[in-house]
Amino acid sequence: MIKLAKRFTLQEFLETLKKYNVEELEGVKIEGDLEIEFEGSSIDLSAVAPLYAIISDLSNFLYHANMALSYMQRLSSVLGIPMPFAVQPAVSAAPPAPKVEEKLKLPEKLLEAKFTPYKVEYPGKVEEVVLGATRADGGTRDYTIKLGGEKSLAFYMFDSPQPNLPAIAIDVFDRPPALAKAVKMHYEDVLTNPAEWARKCVKKFGADLVTIHLVSTDPLLENTPAREAAKVVEEVLQAVKCPIIVGGSGNKEKDPEVLEKAAEVAEGERILLASATLDMDWERIANAAKKYGHVVLSWTQMDINNQKTLNRYLLKRANMPRNSIVMDPTTAALGYGLDYAFTNMERIRLSALKGDEDLNFPISSGTTNAWGARESWMSESPLEGDTPWGPRELRGPIWEIITGLTLSLAGVDLFMMMHPTAVATLKEIFNTLGGKNTAKIDDPNAWLKMEV
Amino acid sequence: MKVKSPLEVYNLLPRTNCKECGYDTCMSFAAHILDRSAKVIQCKPLVEQSEKDPKAKSKLEKLLDITAPEIAEIVIGSGDSAVKVGGEEVLHRHELTFFNPTAFFYDVWDTLDEKKIEERCEWVAKYRKFYVGKYLTLDGIAVRCTSNDPSKFGNVVKKVASYGKPMVLVTLNPDCMKAALEEVADKKPLIYAATEENWREFLRLALEYKVPVVVRSSDLDKLKSLAVTFKQAGVKEIVLDPVTEPVGEGLKRTFERVIQIRRTAIEGGDKDVAYPIMVTPISAHLINADDVTKEYWEAVIGGMFVVKYADIMIFHTLKQHVVMPTLTLRANIYTDPRTPVQVEPGLRPINDPKPEDPVFLTTNFALTYYTVESDLTSAKIRGWLLVLNTEGICVEASVAGGKFTASGVKQLIEQTKIAEKVNHKYLVIPGLAARLQGAIEDETGWKVLVGPIDSGRIKGWLEKNWPPKK
Ligand code: B12
Ligand code: SF4
Repeated sequence: MIKLAKRFTLQEFLETLKKYNVEELEGVKIEGDLEIEFEGSSIDLSAVAPLYAIISDLSNFLYHANMALSYMQRLSSVLGIPMPFAVQPAVSAAPPAPKVEEKLKLPEKLLEAKFTPYKVEYPGKVEEVVLGATRADGGTRDYTIKLGGEKSLAFYMFDSPQPNLPAIAIDVFDRPPALAKAVKMHYEDVLTNPAEWARKCVKKFGADLVTIHLVSTDPLLENTPAREAAKVVEEVLQAVKCPIIVGGSGNKEKDPEVLEKAAEVAEGERILLASATLDMDWERIANAAKKYGHVVLSWTQMDINNQKTLNRYLLKRANMPRNSIVMDPTTAALGYGLDYAFTNMERIRLSALKGDEDLNFPISSGTTNAWGARESWMSESPLEGDTPWGPRELRGPIWEIITGLTLSLAGVDLFMMMHPTAVATLKEIFNTLGGKNTAKIDDPNAWLKMEV
Repeated sequence: MKVKSPLEVYNLLPRTNCKECGYDTCMSFAAHILDRSAKVIQCKPLVEQSEKDPKAKSKLEKLLDITAPEIAEIVIGSGDSAVKVGGEEVLHRHELTFFNPTAFFYDVWDTLDEKKIEERCEWVAKYRKFYVGKYLTLDGIAVRCTSNDPSKFGNVVKKVASYGKPMVLVTLNPDCMKAALEEVADKKPLIYAATEENWREFLRLALEYKVPVVVRSSDLDKLKSLAVTFKQAGVKEIVLDPVTEPVGEGLKRTFERVIQIRRTAIEGGDKDVAYPIMVTPISAHLINADDVTKEYWEAVIGGMFVVKYADIMIFHTLKQHVVMPTLTLRANIYTDPRTPVQVEPGLRPINDPKPEDPVFLTTNFALTYYTVESDLTSAKIRGWLLVLNTEGICVEASVAGGKFTASGVKQLIEQTKIAEKVNHKYLVIPGLAARLQGAIEDETGWKVLVGPIDSGRIKGWLEKNWPPKK
């Protein structure tokens, strides 16, 4: 191995280059005296790496240094000295330091580019459906709630303004239902009084509407006669001045009768009758809605084709006006089929926007279903392998929130919910994405440095 | 992916049906490339030819180009724990599927006390939540430089690296970033972030250390400029951060930016923004509120952008009321809607059952089956689990829809010869199938016990009801 006697500093090298009229290197400042010592033709790259690192550290220098390196390579034969940078390392164990033979070409300035957002315009529009009627319209409600009217995906205000943000109804039952503890504690004082319950939902928890579920009419439960159940509807209409929704027990035989009676006592109030399904006498419910000026909830079990079929029946066979149908394509909880529910609703909404007039109705979600997920109510994981689940008081409401949030992004216009915190949080989300929230923070970068 | 039909792929393949790729025909291979279950380089003949023949080479290159995912796919981390992000093809999951779940990174910072850093890293590394037959886990750790001290940051980053999880290094200071990269560049961390101010230094770091880099700006022209500049300079692994503003108009604008970027990349074909997107739910901690409110809002931001297009996220909170819902949502949104989620029907012995142990009945819907199976195993219950073919439908829906029937149960009992394996004739059915109790007894001659509604409560139920009172 030949030992080179010559010591070579970068400063000298640049001087040499100057002699060769290399003008591009003018204006380059070198701080510190860099020395390279060569020990033979096979260069240990680790000896070069520190040099390289120092070069990198000189601000604004790299570009020129790179140019210098390539000049070095080209001029090496002219100068008659072996150049480290032209030599491939003979050793296989490359050092972890950057490979110097690679050239870093750093631009001086950002390349200007213009971002042009892709525009989307749909031919279809979701029907606008009004719930509730004020005195001017023959009812006794203080205000009405408008659902639907979208011409774009939910909260895509940049495509098209969204005329109505989603509304939230809180569930009320005509008999004390089985509820998760975290939910029940908020209604303990009103569980046996639906009118008071409804009042609490509106006054205390900010519900836009209330849903009174006439569960006790179920023949397997109290089997309350329709006429008697309808009295509860009247009481609720007295107690609150918001638009209301009336639900049956889910019993296919009894529900048409119950909802018919409810429609009758609520004549002119434009309530939502929940629900008509394919496997019951939907026509009877639709007829009651038409007769007394109400809206029908068209409920199917997570099947877009069934939804289309039922909607067509309601439109074509029962002659329901287009502005009097809302759909419930079924809600599954986060972790328990939410993917099915989300995709089903998203597909329904996209079909509506693309012009499918059998599916362009506002969508409703039974978001309270979120409390069926064990993660929302169980005090701890039943599985030993799981990281502990943490306090359920905090898990429950967020389960309802995330279930609702997800479905709102699929296009849901009406949420039926229960936990007050979940109601308040979803409202905040809708107002935020809807452009009605003026809250601000000073510096969105501050998290980079926060110490909590 | 640019191609829309397998024929376009097929035409560029050798078309010899040699089966080396593992598929019977080139056509079948082409179809699998299209649904992304196969990769072009699995066609060995083509790869080998391309080394010699320039014609084959150009075909291979063309194939790779037209089958590349719409959104660039990048890898963060090294070894087994490395995580892939991006690589998406569609805007709505039903159009195909989403491929790489949003990667979740959790926060530590270098001025945090050493013990706390360890605790947090440990928690992230060990976290698991059982879900549909497997455990959900967390992807990595984001280390923030709050000290502004390169050597401190370097040391902490090195320590965090020892947990073996992928990392995001967070500092706008190039000196600090460099110090960290000196320690862990070989672990391929994602560096965060190049901005309008520091981009040159960050570009150098990305090239020098060959690490993926986040470019960051809330001005989408600037963001694109950064991406274009980095790409031109030779950086391939780029992530876009359009800046997460956590409340009010700011959050609304963030929502718009994220959606516009992804939609313009996929529908508008703008390759300069076809990169993975970063969202930072940690920003929720900047709002003026109590801790729980901040945490809830962090989960909200996380949830919102799991649904809408974020590929990478940084979270601050390690509490389950933030981690569990966002993680579960991610699992749901990224489930492949094309594959039915069911398991084989039949008999599953749980924990080495004996003839006197109970016989349970459930459905073959994967979510139901795995929930029940793991409830039984982890509660150390010995028993025989009969899995009924309900065509992948859960208990309640299959009872209502007529797929869970007494005659089906009878067949299952006969096929599995369960009567020969136990010394009793008691069958425990799900609480939600209670209405079939009589029918199953009549059909099978077994005595049917109605179990609890939720299989998580079988243990308590058994204590009262097993062995059955004669
Ligand atoms: C997702 C879903 C669907 C999906 C099913 C997806 C699937 N692969 O299963 C689809 C869209 C296909 C569907 C269809 C239908 N559905 Co559906 N569906 C649901 C939904 C939203 C969630 C169900 C779920 O996934 N649960 C999670 C799983 C894990 O629960 P699980 O199987 O019951 O298991 C638990 C327990 O049963 C128990 N357990 C299980 N095994 C065992 C064993 C033992 C020994 C014990 C002790 C316990 C036990 O522990 C498990 C864990 O908690 C529910 C509503 C809800 N509850 O939120 C409605 C629901 C179940 N469906 C319902 C109906 C009516 C139907 C249809 C009949 C609708 C129709 N008319 O077409 C069809 C039937 C389909 C068919 N062909 O059989 C009704 C049932 C009403 C009733 N009680 O009679 C429900 C309750 C909705 C409602 N409120 O009306 N549905
Ligand atoms: S390996 Fe290539 S040539 Fe052989 S069958 Fe597969 S696709 Fe065709």
